[in-house]
This record gives sequence, structure tokens and C-alpha cells, in this order.
Amino acid sequence: MPNALLALIASLILVACGSQPPAPEQTGAKVEDRTPAAVKADISPVAPVVASQVGEYTLAMLRDPNSILSKRSVFFDFDEYVVKAEFKPLVEAHAKLLVANPKIKMLIQGNADERGSREYNLALGQRRAEALKKMLILLGAKEEQIEAVSLGEEKPRCTEHGEPCWGENRRDDMLYTGEF
Amino acid sequence: MMKYPFPRCLAAVLLCFAAVAHAQLSIEITGAGANRLPIGIANFTGERIISQALTSVLRADLERSGLFRLVETGVEPLAESAPVNYAEWKNRGADALTVGSVTPVISGSDSRYETRFLLHDVSKQAVLGGQTYLSSATQLRTAAHRIADYIYEKLIGEPGIFSTRIAYVVKSTGRYELQIADADGMNAQTALASREPIISPTWSPDGTRLAYVSFEAKKPVVYVHSLATGQRHVAANFKGSNSAPAWSPDGKKLAVVLSKDGSSQMYRLNADGSGVERLAISSGIDTEPQFSRDGQFIYFTSDRGGSPQIYRIPAGGGDAQRITFEGSYNVTPRLSPDGRSMAYISRNDGRFQLTLMDLETRQTQILTDSGKDESPSFAPNGRMIIYATEVGGRGVLAAVSSDGRVKQKLSVQVADVREPSWGPFIK
Repeated sequence: MPNALLALIASLILVACGSQPPAPEQTGAKVEDRTPAAVKADISPVAPVVASQVGEYTLAMLRDPNSILSKRSVFFDFDEYVVKAEFKPLVEAHAKLLVANPKIKMLIQGNADERGSREYNLALGQRRAEALKKMLILLGAKEEQIEAVSLGEEKPRCTEHGEPCWGENRRDDMLYTGEF
Repeated sequence: MMKYPFPRCLAAVLLCFAAVAHAQLSIEITGAGANRLPIGIANFTGERIISQALTSVLRADLERSGLFRLVETGVEPLAESAPVNYAEWKNRGADALTVGSVTPVISGSDSRYETRFLLHDVSKQAVLGGQTYLSSATQLRTAAHRIADYIYEKLIGEPGIFSTRIAYVVKSTGRYELQIADADGMNAQTALASREPIISPTWSPDGTRLAYVSFEAKKPVVYVHSLATGQRHVAANFKGSNSAPAWSPDGKKLAVVLSKDGSSQMYRLNADGSGVERLAISSGIDTEPQFSRDGQFIYFTSDRGGSPQIYRIPAGGGDAQRITFEGSYNVTPRLSPDGRSMAYISRNDGRFQLTLMDLETRQTQILTDSGKDESPSFAPNGRMIIYATEVGGRGVLAAVSSDGRVKQKLSVQVADVREPSWGPFIK
């Protein structure tokens, strides 16, 4: 009974804190100068989609599996931070979106596989995020539109030990306003 | 409750987390020194009246150091005031003997205990010294650690580390806890609980604060956390990533790694977050800074030469000097307290291993036979190095003596333990 009570109190506090529902694994960083467009705790089930409209795009469109823009990840070779040629069309499509919508912002989260030093991997993830950011800026996106951060090896998408998994974790994810 | 402003509300959540955190570190000794000093620790008189057996903590401390061999003393308690039969103890093989007493001191409703002990040199048939401690029942364990420190220093000739504390991160499903425990793994307390990762905790030189990196803002941010009050502040939260904090020897400044100017580079700032100045400029990654103990140099990891290697720069600015040359991956430099050697992680045939370099001769020694070593941290007397490694797919902490002989493993049931940092001597 005391445990149950404790759990109840804890859950009440968590509710009071506006705890998020179990979010997709990679949720983005808060950027101070912007309010998240999606209204989280609203009862209305349609609110988030309407609220996150950006220019001619909506988050729903960005998530449409038929659109190349629904693809958000760029993968890297071991110990590398060069954006490979195969991801060029993807990066170009996202750059086009950023150019056409100067108000939309992007968070790039760089990631590394689990091998080696956590801090060095954090720096490696950062380098991967910066490489993608640089490429997007070369293609016309504005510096202020993009923040590049690193999650290092701390938030692996795949948790097995071995190359198939490690390859999946050496990755940049692109998140748009309302997604982080 | 709904009206709580966020920080108080968060504090309440952290308190709840703290209340349910009971995972204790357990220590397993897996190696010992070659020449262990035989010592008898007799039961102290009066010890039975208290629930905690003081001498068992004391014995465990000395044995864990790998430098002592415990001589059988029997159950009969021996007070410091009783005469010692040196010939008998010599026959039992003891070079040293500790005897003592625990006496309740009643003053009003406050029950305290006075612990006295004497340390004897059996072969010289002489008293080496002794001390008296006054403590509450809950502090008797602390008194035992203090006695262990005293004995260690008298017999080994360097300060003991039994009264020090360690910080580390425990990861269980969807939850990260920054914990502080006594050097023997007991009394674990949670300083911070979070749903997001916590890495790189490091003690301020005076042992009152921890700097660390928390991802609670969904990106790496450097915090400074006062342990006694639980208050903390952001030390570095710039655009991009903020990480790898290291204290200057005077505890006033931090070296950190920021990506605000484009790539991971080292900066120095005041512990309150003010006065940011860049430490070095490279085209690649500079990270994992650490001040040398005299404050003269900053050692760090950089890929400026094509692969991650350890370099150092003068703390006041100047050219970088490469320190490691063997192999293609040498990271996480940690200087020994006497400044003579450097612990770091080297990759050898795909295995990441704790390695020690003599900074004068540049000779290196791999200290472990494991393959996923990370995050080394020296004990303040330089004798042991604690580090994170993996056993059976689980994260554990391990400690090894700087000569590679004494080995310990510290683990928590059903959780990963990582990111250890050994605290300074308790003043």
C-alpha cells in the first residue's frame, strides 16, 4: 500500500510536470527562441496537425511516406563524417524546403556507434551533424535555420552489438520545427 | 499541486526517484598485490552493542586494497587498553595488530559512540599510534573508514582512500541516475535522476560539487551541481553541443568542449558559466580536456593528426605537443595525482583497453585484459584507477592498481553502471 501510494503521488507529480507521452526515440532539443508549434496536452485530436503548418508545408506532409522529405536520416561510415553521394538527393530536397520556407527551422542530431570514448563519440556525432549542416547551407539554407547538436553514442536507435546495428547508429537525423 | 512552478515540481520528482533508488554497488576482488602485509584486526570491545560491526568494515577496506593479508584473530575482543602479547601475534604471522573499543557516550537523548584504537608494530613490539573518534551510530562506518585510512598511511606510507567517495551513472530501463557512493560502494545516494542520458561527471577539487553533461534539454548541456544542497546551475549551454567538463586545480574554472563556433573545440570559463575564452584552434575535433595537477598544461584528445590521439597545450596558450604515437586510437587522458603518469584508453586489435603511460620515459603498459574499457579516473592517492567496462554485456565499474596487480569489480544488479569519477580526499 505505501508503494502504491508513492507510485500514485509520483504519477500525479509527473502529470503536473506535463510529462510527455512515450515519444519517438529521437526527440529533439529545445531551442530557446521558439515555442513548439505542436500543442501537446490539448484534448483536441486534430490540433497538432493544424498548429504545425509551416508555409506551404505541414508536418503531415513531411511525414508522408511517398515524399522524399519523410526520409530524415543520413548514415556514415565508421569513424567518418563525410556525407556520402547516395544521400545527395535527400539533402538537396531538404535544402530546397529550407530555402522555400525561411521561417522553418531544423535540428540536426548527430549520432555515433557505441565503440570507444563517450566524449569522443559525442564530438564525432557533432562533426557529422556539422557536415550535414554545412552541406545544407551550401545549398542555400540559412545558418540561423539550423542547429547541429550531438547525442553521441547515448541514444542508439539499434542496441545490438555488431556492425549492422552500429551502421544504423552512425547517423544524422533531421528534425523540423514542431518535431523537437 | 498543479500550481507548482516547474523547478519545484522537478525537484519533487527527483525526490521520489531518490526515495526508490536502493541499488547498491557490490564489490568483488579479483586480484591482489604480490607482497601483502599480514595484519590482525581484533574485534573491538563494545562492538556487539551496536548493529554495525565496525571491524568488519575496517577489515574489508584493508583487504580490498590488495596490500594487506588478514591474520585470524579469533572472536575475543581486544581493547586498546589491554596488554598485547607480541610473541603470540608474531607466531600467528602478524606484522601489525589493531585493537580497540567502542563505548556509548550518553548525553541527554543523543546517543553517540566513542571509538578508540591502537595500531601495534608486532616485530618492533611498539605502538605505532592510535586515534579516538566520536560518532553517531550511523557514522560508525565512516569511523571505520577513517581508521582504515590511518592504518594504511602508517603502514604503506601514503594516504588511504577509504573515506573518499565515487560518482557514477546507473542506467536502468528509460532512466539514468547520477549516484554518489562511499569508496566501498555502500551508502549510494542519487544526486540526479533523469529520463535522458547523463555523462562525464567530474568532482570539483574540494569535493563539494560535480560538473557533468546532461541531455535533459534534449542536447548536451554542462551543469555544476552542489551535492550538499542539491542546487545546480547551467555552466555551458550554447548553440550546438556542450560537453567534457574538467575542473582547474583551484576549482574556479572549467575547461569544456563547445561546438558553438562550428566544431568541437576547447574553451575555458568560470564555474558560474561566465568569462568564456577559447583554449585552442584546430580544424578537427578537440575534446576530453584535463588540467595537469599543477595547472600548467591541458591534456586532451584530438584528431588533428588524422586519428584520435592525446596532445597537450600550455594552459596559458601555445603550441600543442603530441603525447601518444602508438596505434590509431588513444583517448581520454587522465593524469595521476603525482603528475608522473597518464591513464588513457587505447585501441588494440579492436579492443579498448585501459593503458598507463610513464610521462617521463613514455613507456606504456596495458592494465586490463578487457575489451570495452572507458572513462578512467585515478583515486586521489594514485594507487588505484577506476574505469567502466563491460562484463557479460552489462556495464560494470572496475578498479585496477596502477601496477596492474590489484583488481576489483563493482556492479549493480539489473542495471548498467558507467562513467565513474573518483572524488578527492575528504578534508
